[in-house]
Amino acid sequence: MTLSNFNVNDIRKQFPVLDQQVYGKPLVYFDNAATTQKPLCVIERERDYYLHENCNIHRGVHYLSQMATEAYENARKTVAQFINAKQPQEIVFTRGTTESLNLLATSLGQLLVGEGDKVVVSAMEHHSNMVPWQQMLMHRSVISTGAKRSGEISSNLLVIRMDKKGVLDLNHYEELLKQRPKIVSIAHISNTLGTVNPIKEMIAMAHKYDIPVVIDGAQSMAHQVIDVQDLDCDFYVFSGHKMYAPMGIGGLYGKMEWLEKMPPYQFGGEMVDTVSFEKTTFNKVPFKFEAGTPNVGAALGLETAVKFIQSFDRQEVESYEDELLRYATEQLSGIEGMRFIGQAPKRNGLVSFVIDGIHPYDLGTIIDKMGVAVRTGHHCAEPVMTFFGIPGTVRASFAMYNTKEEIDIFVKAVERAANMLR
Amino acid sequence: MTIKEIQDSIVEEFSMFDDWMDRYAMLIEMGKECPIIDPQYRNDNYLINGCQSRVWLHAEKRDGKIYFTADSDAVITKGIINLLIKVFSGQTPADILAADMSFLDEIGLKEHLSPTRSNGLLSMVKQMMLYAEVMNG
Repeated sequence: MTLSNFNVNDIRKQFPVLDQQVYGKPLVYFDNAATTQKPLCVIERERDYYLHENCNIHRGVHYLSQMATEAYENARKTVAQFINAKQPQEIVFTRGTTESLNLLATSLGQLLVGEGDKVVVSAMEHHSNMVPWQQMLMHRSVISTGAKRSGEISSNLLVIRMDKKGVLDLNHYEELLKQRPKIVSIAHISNTLGTVNPIKEMIAMAHKYDIPVVIDGAQSMAHQVIDVQDLDCDFYVFSGHKMYAPMGIGGLYGKMEWLEKMPPYQFGGEMVDTVSFEKTTFNKVPFKFEAGTPNVGAALGLETAVKFIQSFDRQEVESYEDELLRYATEQLSGIEGMRFIGQAPKRNGLVSFVIDGIHPYDLGTIIDKMGVAVRTGHHCAEPVMTFFGIPGTVRASFAMYNTKEEIDIFVKAVERAANMLR
Repeated sequence: MTIKEIQDSIVEEFSMFDDWMDRYAMLIEMGKECPIIDPQYRNDNYLINGCQSRVWLHAEKRDGKIYFTADSDAVITKGIINLLIKVFSGQTPADILAADMSFLDEIGLKEHLSPTRSNGLLSMVKQMMLYAEVMNG
């Protein structure tokens, strides 16, 4: 299927925020791995909801409530279909990746992880896919020994090593799996290095030991076609705001057999079946994981964002974004002292670097004044920075609306800043 | 010179530049001229926590006046701390505590003063004030 409807100038028109000047210079927005901008259709969808449809869902018998409930459940269907889940009920709406991972650390942790049990993550995880597991494991040992202080290092969090290119060591992974961890949780695409991990292979490896696998898809949903059935992952988590949807909405895909077994995460309205002062029975999946009033407007925005992404030939978008990355890498490599952090053969969406003798913060500050928005710092992945022995990186991350012209501006800005700072 | 006089001369220097690039160039120069902290104090006890770059600040009192030295791994941050050192170093604790910091607005550093900014200018000012308070009297 070739729609060939990919025209970056047309796309940019749908993102009014891009059409502005900062400090008198045209904005170059390369901080898409932190959050993407939102197209008009998404903004209008959420606005429309509040203008015409706003209502609390799942409980009213009246017209508006029924309409809003239907729209919300349709959004669930759209998301389920987008990642090829077997059924809409396998999608739990959350606030985003972080909440999804906290839900899993708590609920799946309660189901599977006892004293002394282990969880596997990788050396390239951002804090969201590390701290919840670490804290859950620590809490287990605090409870069991009664003596350990909170904040103590947990040896039960097993970390898959990576090499200096930012590629995970699958032999080491195999070794860790032999220790029979209860859960494996890894990023699909690293937010710091851009590495695309061989998750399908890694999922299959864990399944040989009957270990469930959580995939952190925060950086992949906007860029790659996700098929959870093909991947055979047990869970897949993501944020809406990194895929052109509003902030405050995201999701958790889980295989039904897991979601049914897992205990609720939060308690309150919506997630209950029958309640008395003695006892409460819980609603069915996914509602038992959606306590309280959800962010309906944002969920509808997410649905529109999904449809927006689907309106393009995904292959065409992916090739375009790959070409941006290739071009940026090529242009940057001419700069004296350039050192790319993350040189895995398979990368996606972003380029991360340091320049010898220049602090990333200084570089980011100067190019900001030239209108270029990049992220500098540790990208909420401090262990990754420690591994490379650097205080942080400059990270330029791309979306479908970015252009080679913007990359030219960016590269010139980096060159100029580097000259100032040397 | 009094704190006010130094501040005025800094404002004058900065006002010669319309362009932000030139102002940054000046901050970078100031960073390179920063009176560097004695290596023995370049440790966590003297660290001011900014989010993205680290700043170490040391103060000592001689003849009733406070003298600051500092360092940072980022040169712009070092320029900012040196700017503050120029203003405060060699002044009495009482004068430092009484100082009006509005000159930072005038040189366009106001945006850096917001507590959510990552370079920690506010923390630097606070830390200097704290030294002055401890060394006062």
